[in-house]
Amino acid sequence: MTTIEAQRTPLHAEHEALGATFTDFAGWRMPLRYSGDLAEHHAVRTAAGLFDLSHMGEIRVVGPGAADALDRALVGDASGIGVGRARYTMICAADGGIMDDLIVYRLAEQEYLVVANAANAPLVTTELTERAAGRRAEVIDAAAEYALIAVQGPAAAATLAPLCAADLPALRYYASQATTVAGRPVLLARTGYTGEEGFELFVAPDDAPSLWTVLLEAGAAHGLVPTGLACRDTLRLEAGMPLHGHELSAAVTPFHAGLGRVVRFDKPDDFVGRAALSAVSVSGPGQVLVGLVGESRRAPRHGYPVLDPETGATLGTITSGAPSPTLGHPIAMAYVLPDHATPGTRLAVDIRGRHEPVTVAELPFYRRPSSSSPATAKAG
Amino acid sequence: MSIPDGLRYSTDHEWLAIAEDETSPATVGVTAFAADALGDVVFVELPEVGASLTAGETCGEIESTKSVSDLVAPVTGEVVERNEALAETPELINSDPYDKGWLLRVRITSLPPDLLDAEAYRALTDTGAGS
Repeated sequence: MTTIEAQRTPLHAEHEALGATFTDFAGWRMPLRYSGDLAEHHAVRTAAGLFDLSHMGEIRVVGPGAADALDRALVGDASGIGVGRARYTMICAADGGIMDDLIVYRLAEQEYLVVANAANAPLVTTELTERAAGRRAEVIDAAAEYALIAVQGPAAAATLAPLCAADLPALRYYASQATTVAGRPVLLARTGYTGEEGFELFVAPDDAPSLWTVLLEAGAAHGLVPTGLACRDTLRLEAGMPLHGHELSAAVTPFHAGLGRVVRFDKPDDFVGRAALSAVSVSGPGQVLVGLVGESRRAPRHGYPVLDPETGATLGTITSGAPSPTLGHPIAMAYVLPDHATPGTRLAVDIRGRHEPVTVAELPFYRRPSSSSPATAKAG
Repeated sequence: MSIPDGLRYSTDHEWLAIAEDETSPATVGVTAFAADALGDVVFVELPEVGASLTAGETCGEIESTKSVSDLVAPVTGEVVERNEALAETPELINSDPYDKGWLLRVRITSLPPDLLDAEAYRALTDTGAGS
């Protein structure tokens, strides 16, 4: 039960009308599922799903010093993002711990849109404000200006194209464009968090209900269905994408998570966390993120111990796990000691008191057919 | 949410169909409320036929994509049959929790005093307990 009333997205009435089951997530009342987790998961893999992601936090950074401020605040190279392009990056603490993972869109020479996870948005806003001080950049909490709708799946483009003024095939992966959908102004981004082709639409909250309805109707012929947070989690897990609070946290650096590439030491100026991250990049992390495939039908879950199958010694901890709807067997991600992280290594997981065999596997577990996109890119 | 009259309910969201002839085994399943909260069930681990159950103790587990829940014995007794169809079609628990999605038949030796009737179980689930 909640003691503080959860926020409702601008699409709450639409979810209720669709018979959604709700869950409280990061202070928001969000649709968990509509028809069922499995049907929604398969719809995104084979047709398309429509997600309400309005809980995500949008933060605008504007001004002549915006690029400089973000270069200082984030581990990535914000000034190197072309106008109209986006990049997956992180904000780290001075000790290198991950405060949040972010997508940064460069909307104009002096304007960025930073998209943070809902639970971390207040912290990210505060940190960006402090880190931008004195750098001729203004940090604006813009969460109330946007609803966020995602269309994900192989039929996403076919659903959107007839409604959209933009040339969809020309919109590159990790690019965005101001356009219209069904006559409404939309910031259209080719990003996602499902491992499928897809788009995310940043729209005015007042326009969200009509756009949601138009997209549902237009997509129905292609097999599009409304999809909730439950399937979003199994989709991102199959795609090997990390989730803050699970794979990513203040206790690990990007190098632990296998995402050291997001840290740009070639930036000219200092950035928060540089010294600590530089040290980890040399010494190597004490634990590394791996994929695990289960052999029994019981799935490892968040927090379960990973064990040496011979001695029973603890080697690490599960961060996420579920029975994979696409693959038909349990999959999980875990932090383990680096000398047990080679694909093919046989380990065990303590699943509620019984040791079940698992094998270290390459990430991602699932790659969409003819995929050419970075598997770890995500929208939070 | 369907809560049929005539069944008994546990606070762990299981139902019991107790035969009028009390020597016949009772049928045990999970409620529609529980099935909905679990999401799509993908795996059920049931006790073996012949196993002794103790009311309130864990006797198996129900796994969905999203979570896993203990199956708690609603009565004390002996398992005389289990729904083998669930091995291949665990989704019956979601689609038909009170009929084809049944879990166990149990010869009851002791009924706990705190089983609910349909009206009391409706009141329990209306308050959001167990969700």
